[in-house]
Amino acid sequence: MSTTATLATTHRVLRQLRRDRRTLALIFLVPPLLLTLFRYVFDGQADTFDRVGGPLVGLFPFISMFLVTSIAMLRERTSGTLERLMSMPVGKLDLLLGYGLAFSVVAAVQAAITSAVAFGLLGLDTNGSIGVVVAIAIANALLGMALGLLVSAFASSEFQAVQFMPAVVIPQLLLSGLIVPRERMADLLEWVSAALPLTYAYDALAHVTQDGSLDAGLAADVGIVTACIALALALGAATLPRRTA
Amino acid sequence: MMNSTDTPIRIRDLHVRRGRRLVLPGVSLDIRGGAVTGLLGPSGSGKSTLLRSIVGVQIVESGEVSVHGLPAGSPDLRRRIGYVTQAPSVYDDLTVRENLRYFGRILGVDNERGEDALEIVGLRSRGDQIVGTLSGGQRSRVSLATALLGAPDILILDEPTVGLDPVLRRDLWRTFHELAAAGTTILVSTHVMDEAEKSDDLVLMREGAVVANGAPAELLARTSTHDIESAFMALAEAA
Repeated sequence: MSTTATLATTHRVLRQLRRDRRTLALIFLVPPLLLTLFRYVFDGQADTFDRVGGPLVGLFPFISMFLVTSIAMLRERTSGTLERLMSMPVGKLDLLLGYGLAFSVVAAVQAAITSAVAFGLLGLDTNGSIGVVVAIAIANALLGMALGLLVSAFASSEFQAVQFMPAVVIPQLLLSGLIVPRERMADLLEWVSAALPLTYAYDALAHVTQDGSLDAGLAADVGIVTACIALALALGAATLPRRTA
Repeated sequence: MMNSTDTPIRIRDLHVRRGRRLVLPGVSLDIRGGAVTGLLGPSGSGKSTLLRSIVGVQIVESGEVSVHGLPAGSPDLRRRIGYVTQAPSVYDDLTVRENLRYFGRILGVDNERGEDALEIVGLRSRGDQIVGTLSGGQRSRVSLATALLGAPDILILDEPTVGLDPVLRRDLWRTFHELAAAGTTILVSTHVMDEAEKSDDLVLMREGAVVANGAPAELLARTSTHDIESAFMALAEAA
């Protein structure tokens, strides 16, 4: 373990992102704009907007970081920089932590901006603390990053990498309970949804924004999401081989 | 019997398969320390695969590759080997200095080393330029500078002079010889015949096999030829 390598990587990733102004603008502006769109799509149904909008604030970072990581890691693999790093004295965990830290910072900013717009300007109601929503948003960003890292191993071009987004993200969003409560789904789908990490991320967010209480149910959801992040990162680390064919 | 300081790189009966093709069907080779060894062969002859095996990033089927007496790819070797891949492996969206600073921090060296490396590859004036805006040749030099950062005692260079202008190519070869004189072991692949002539030792490769191995003058004498190209052909036909 080396904090120098981790922090150097965080610094480097943030610097790369900062150079790419357009990507940053998209990351920070698209979620609040989409929420504004939702607000007026559900113009006559304020409770529906309240039910869906709150959790969405915390789910956007999952989608953004999944995309950013799958492309960024694919570039590391194809440009040879990953091979260079793997031939240097640096641990895989140091690299992944560096990435995780960088994306947590970006996710925190994204969730803060989205929260400010949603709860401030759009009049979205939440019974829970906005700080907890942002904290869960960061966990979701890490989950997105870990899954993005994993799929980048199965993509050989950026075209393929972006196609993983609808394949991995949309089914999880549909089954999470965000659109339709899980108990109203076909039994088979309800079982499937119980095996998907985003279901627990949504559940935690719904919990906070609707009940507002910090109870055992919320702790269990966050625990499951954390375990999924660890599992996906471990699988992702296994896709960063020192040797390749 | 030579020990590992005379021959820091030893390869015995190395088999490497990539896909269905046996790229290296049993290579054995010793690389002399403190010298510039040129690895000459047409593209597809297995040069890159051999270099990758020495660095320890290539999955090998069987055989032995040892560096400083340790199996290739050992964690202890990661600090001692500098490796330049054929395609420049640096971050296109960072400046030259930012790249060197990042890899320098990973290697645990100070920023001074980065400046020294820039000086060696002749890119000091371009230090603050974004790598993606540099020419192909300049980008390979950034990649080379990165490999020099850790002051490695072994440098593995995969066609580092492709696309460089002749003056710069001559300067870089001069640098290789200076580094070798200071004790660095350099293994550099090339398909340019006149570059090959400048190496202390020459390894000729064809279709995954080492066709010949020796000092350029010795290879010329052995084949009664006057240039490396003819020597290569004579040796390839005899093999």
